[in-house]
Amino acid sequence: MYAQLVKSDGLKAREDMSAEERAFQDRVDNGEKIEPKDWMPEGYRKTLIRQIGQHAHSEIVGQLPEGNWITRAPSLERKAILLAKVQDEAGHGLYLYSAAETLGVSRDELLEKLHSGKMKYSSIFNYPTLNWADIGAVGWLVDGAAIMNQVPLQRTSYGPYSRAMIRICKEESFHQRQGYSIMMKMAFGTLEQKEMAQDALNRFWFPSLMMFGPSDKDSVHSAQSMAWKIKINTNDELRQKFVNETVPQAEYLGLTIPDEKLAWNEDKQGYDFSEPDWAEFFEVIKGNGPCNRERMEARVKAWDEGEWFRDGLNAYAEKAADRRKAAATAAEKPGYR
Amino acid sequence: MSEMPTNATADAAVTDQALQPAFFDWLCRMGDNALVLGHRTSEWCGHGPVLEEDIALANTALDLIGHTQMWLGLAGEVEGKGRDADALAYLRDAMKFRNFLLVELPRGDMAVTMMREFLFDAYHHLLLAWLSENSSSPRVSEIAAKALKEVSYHLDRASDIVVRLGDGTAESHRRMQDALDLLWPYTGEMFTSDEVDRAMVTAGIAPDLEMLRSKWEASVRDILEEATLKAPDPGGYAHLGGKQGRHTEHLGYILAEMQFLQRAYPGASW
Repeated sequence: MYAQLVKSDGLKAREDMSAEERAFQDRVDNGEKIEPKDWMPEGYRKTLIRQIGQHAHSEIVGQLPEGNWITRAPSLERKAILLAKVQDEAGHGLYLYSAAETLGVSRDELLEKLHSGKMKYSSIFNYPTLNWADIGAVGWLVDGAAIMNQVPLQRTSYGPYSRAMIRICKEESFHQRQGYSIMMKMAFGTLEQKEMAQDALNRFWFPSLMMFGPSDKDSVHSAQSMAWKIKINTNDELRQKFVNETVPQAEYLGLTIPDEKLAWNEDKQGYDFSEPDWAEFFEVIKGNGPCNRERMEARVKAWDEGEWFRDGLNAYAEKAADRRKAAATAAEKPGYR
Repeated sequence: MSEMPTNATADAAVTDQALQPAFFDWLCRMGDNALVLGHRTSEWCGHGPVLEEDIALANTALDLIGHTQMWLGLAGEVEGKGRDADALAYLRDAMKFRNFLLVELPRGDMAVTMMREFLFDAYHHLLLAWLSENSSSPRVSEIAAKALKEVSYHLDRASDIVVRLGDGTAESHRRMQDALDLLWPYTGEMFTSDEVDRAMVTAGIAPDLEMLRSKWEASVRDILEEATLKAPDPGGYAHLGGKQGRHTEHLGYILAEMQFLQRAYPGASW
């Protein structure tokens, strides 16, 4: 997940394709995996870099709202679980930056684009975590929504991306369960805990629905990505599936989904629900969400203040390589000893 | 709250009434060092200088929280008043905490963070190695053996970074030397014995700290030399008091943050 509004070119008709493009499309249609050294259309490469890069950025920015509660986690076990989870997210970032590198873009280039605002990350991480139940809600709803999108992406056409997704999905399903376990403790706990749980659901419900991106009728970039199997399902399909699975989970917790229009629709065998406020979504994407400024400041500060550290390690590595070279040269020329 | 686990290894020290006050205090020292250093290390989460370091720091913090659970869990058993590891971590005030001043100092930059880890790990590794081999308390040996595996890795990583940054650029060298000079006066506490330490030595539970000190100094000096850093005078001033519950101003803020939920909502289950 975590890729919204990924720009791609319009869908190319088969008759407009070159022979190479047709052969490529046939491989994708046959379910073959595209590997880094294979020929690929430039648009495929660029769209994948944007999508994988946005996903990677979301993983590392996503450390911040959860990291916000590590030092305040209410028990040693919860602290350990949260640390393990946030560490996993950073690991996902690592796999994904590596997958993007196979397409010819370095991690440093992608980070530069994140820091300068040229690349985005998921809108969801621009919302604050205000009480402990938010850590439950992030696992339950945010990771839950991510899984909806990532499970089908295990079958995506690009080999390194697909393999990264397979690893990530295993960990995400554990994350979602730990989130729901926090929600259960809170929802079945004291009145104050239940109040926190409801408050978290109230604030995270619509932002979670936004994670799937705009409605299909407004999603202009989908057709080509779907033909290339970079995108497997439409935004609305995934959003519907998410609502259908999440509503009974909220009912079990005894919590109320903050949507008066929510109702079971027998004909479509799914829930009817209200659309999120798309004006809010576009504002958050533009940088006007509640935490956009803090999130970017934190990432840029970490990067800038880490420069001396990275430079120090690089300088040492160069010195060590020179020393090894000098030692090898000396060994080759016995007369110099 | 905790009860004696039925599958626990038999250990006469755990129920020795004469030993109990000192043993409890010593176990709190072990647990509190891990908890407070784990807390400081976890503050880096999402803010590290490079993704690999972010992961390594979270991993280290996670290990230390795991050690805390084991040491404070045993402390609760020894105390025998029904307090478990969480009760000890979350419901004691600063004057009851027994960690070294070294581990509660603010995390500073990565030079302070990694230099502190190195200085502490070098001590921690020696101590756990002795405990796992020689402690007269089988429960202490068991915990030490588990923690030692992780701390061996912590020490390798911290030593490696100290060498690389010490012998990196002029700026990384300066920052590492500044960190060393800042932290050095806080290392003496690790080796300054009091009556609790002496009772543990007499019971054969823990080693003589003077013996650890000479080994620590030798191994630390080797790494600092490789890092082209200048080790301060070993006989210099030492800040003391953490082990007896007299802390810096920093610990109160750590606990205010860490204990907030447990204090604000007493008796809730999380």
